[in-house]
Amino acid sequence: MRELRYREALREALAEEMERDPNVFIVGEEVGYYQGAYKVTEGLLDRFGARRVLDAPIAEAGFAGIGVGAAMVGLRPVVEFMTWNFSAVAFDQILNNAAKIRQMSGGQFRCPMVFRGPNGAARQTGAQHSQCFEAIYAHIPGVKVVCPATPADAKGLLKSAIRDDNPVLVLEDERLYGMKGEVPDGDHLVPIGVSDVKRVGEHLTIVTWGKMLSVSLAAAETLAAEGVSCEVVDLRSVRPLDHAPIVASVEKTGRALVVQEAWPFGGVGAEVVDRVQRECFGSLKAPVLRVTGRDASMPYNKRLEELTIPSPDTVIRGARAVLAY
Amino acid sequence: MEEGAGGDIGDTVSEGTEALLELYRQMLLIRRFEEAAAKAYSQGKIGGFLHLYIGQEASAVGALATLRPSDYVVGTYRDHGLALARGMSARACMAELFGKVTGCSQGLGGSMHFFDAERRMMGGYGIVGGHVPLAAGCAFKSKYLGLDEVTLCFLGEGAVSIGDFHEAMSLAALWNLPLVTLVENNEYSMGTPLSRTLSIADVSQKALAYGMARDRVKATDVLVMRERVAEAVERARKESKPTLIEVLTYRYRGHSMSDPGKYRTADEIEERKKGDCIANAEATLRERGVDHAALAAVDEAVSRDVDDAVRFADESAEPGEELIEAYTYA
Repeated sequence: MRELRYREALREALAEEMERDPNVFIVGEEVGYYQGAYKVTEGLLDRFGARRVLDAPIAEAGFAGIGVGAAMVGLRPVVEFMTWNFSAVAFDQILNNAAKIRQMSGGQFRCPMVFRGPNGAARQTGAQHSQCFEAIYAHIPGVKVVCPATPADAKGLLKSAIRDDNPVLVLEDERLYGMKGEVPDGDHLVPIGVSDVKRVGEHLTIVTWGKMLSVSLAAAETLAAEGVSCEVVDLRSVRPLDHAPIVASVEKTGRALVVQEAWPFGGVGAEVVDRVQRECFGSLKAPVLRVTGRDASMPYNKRLEELTIPSPDTVIRGARAVLAY
Repeated sequence: MEEGAGGDIGDTVSEGTEALLELYRQMLLIRRFEEAAAKAYSQGKIGGFLHLYIGQEASAVGALATLRPSDYVVGTYRDHGLALARGMSARACMAELFGKVTGCSQGLGGSMHFFDAERRMMGGYGIVGGHVPLAAGCAFKSKYLGLDEVTLCFLGEGAVSIGDFHEAMSLAALWNLPLVTLVENNEYSMGTPLSRTLSIADVSQKALAYGMARDRVKATDVLVMRERVAEAVERARKESKPTLIEVLTYRYRGHSMSDPGKYRTADEIEERKKGDCIANAEATLRERGVDHAALAAVDEAVSRDVDDAVRFADESAEPGEELIEAYTYA
């Protein structure tokens, strides 16, 4: 075990997979000479050369589509979006090409590639740069969506994503890039589609992913001091969604709260609630509630931004509501 | 560059004539295939959209005659001609139109999504312009691995206003990808004349901004088409440089089967049919001494193929329900 920052863990995953497979290459804006807008790809140009670390012009649809075509004919592209907000202009490439190639071709072609970049709110970056995309992309059959919340999961999930034969969207987080955590040595792989219990508890199940894991764990810590024991399940993969550990947990606790940074309408939290009510109906002692981001475009103002995104306090309020029922 | 002179590029007259006879056969196959498809559509055997290529055959046939089996072809939703010119069987294509499991995409793709991995037919795509970056990606792979493969990408002139086209051209030129992009200008996008959708009349000028080689060729003579595309393919293969070719062509049928065609006159269509690529090839073959019997034999063989394909498609099984999700994930 070593302690790494989240961005270093991602960088290790990229470097190890590029070392292992010569067909893996990185393309994106500022990934090479600039060393990455968030320094995830720092040093990779020097190590692997401009053939495999390609600086692209600002043309997301263009280089995302190049990735799709290259993947269809045998390469393993890693397409970096400077942030997922900019993937919106490449949405067609993900929705209509990457996700559908296999189905439309009657199984003749695959699209083994990775799209990655930071997702969600950074700090005061305003309405267009603060959006969560997991619900939008997880809606699409044919793609996988992962949201690593720790350095270890960031490394393990990205390595699995690069080896996967499907398009995998890795939603990172700018606020997590500097986070330190223990990362296992060696060829550390985290399977896609396996959720993880990050804290064991008895009274309430909190289901979350991505940046909201640390918020939920902070809330659980405070509640523990009051004698409330929370189990925190980290989805890690939003699609495919591994609901077995959630079901097992809710059958034990009888109560569930879903915590997401994203907007409330529809969404991944709603998907989790649906599964819980179907599979744990007999065990539930209270309605399943959600703590979500507010139903509004992100305000710039610091205080308003803080009020828009779930905090440990809002999670605690949500937990008390479920517990009080 | 303007239109080049037509001519025989074979080593000998007989070899050239034989090659032309094969191109003639392919064009005729596409036309008869699509006439049969239109009939089957009106009988309710084909659903959804059906975009016919009739009138444009020399474009696909001439262009694809320059390729090797290891090259890649990417097309639009108007893809039947490309598929047949690439050597896909009339059976697999017709069965796909009928939505049968024996179709080239097992009945999951339909008219707009013909694929054949073995022949490196990388598909027909239904979002205008969205396939152009994908084609650049195929070319990228060839360059990345140092292989002397070429990718041919077809699109309509209606696609040159969308961003994906420009992003793909920009990157293909920047990274010197072995990509030949053929803009088939059939003048009407869907039903709006080019003069009302584009500020220039010469679509090949789009290449200028990217510092990309360009050409402009009329697809009325399949040999001219082949010769001119061959130059671009050579540039891609030998120098790894992309080319944008505007192909001046004309479709006799509507944009799709549901198009009433009110945006042009019957007189105009009749006038344009005088430059028909199949009639032109036939005239050239006659000049070269190919007799009526030989031409009739080609027509009969093609018609037999198409009849057989329709029968095959009719008799083939529907895909089973188990295929709905079978290919969602690898």
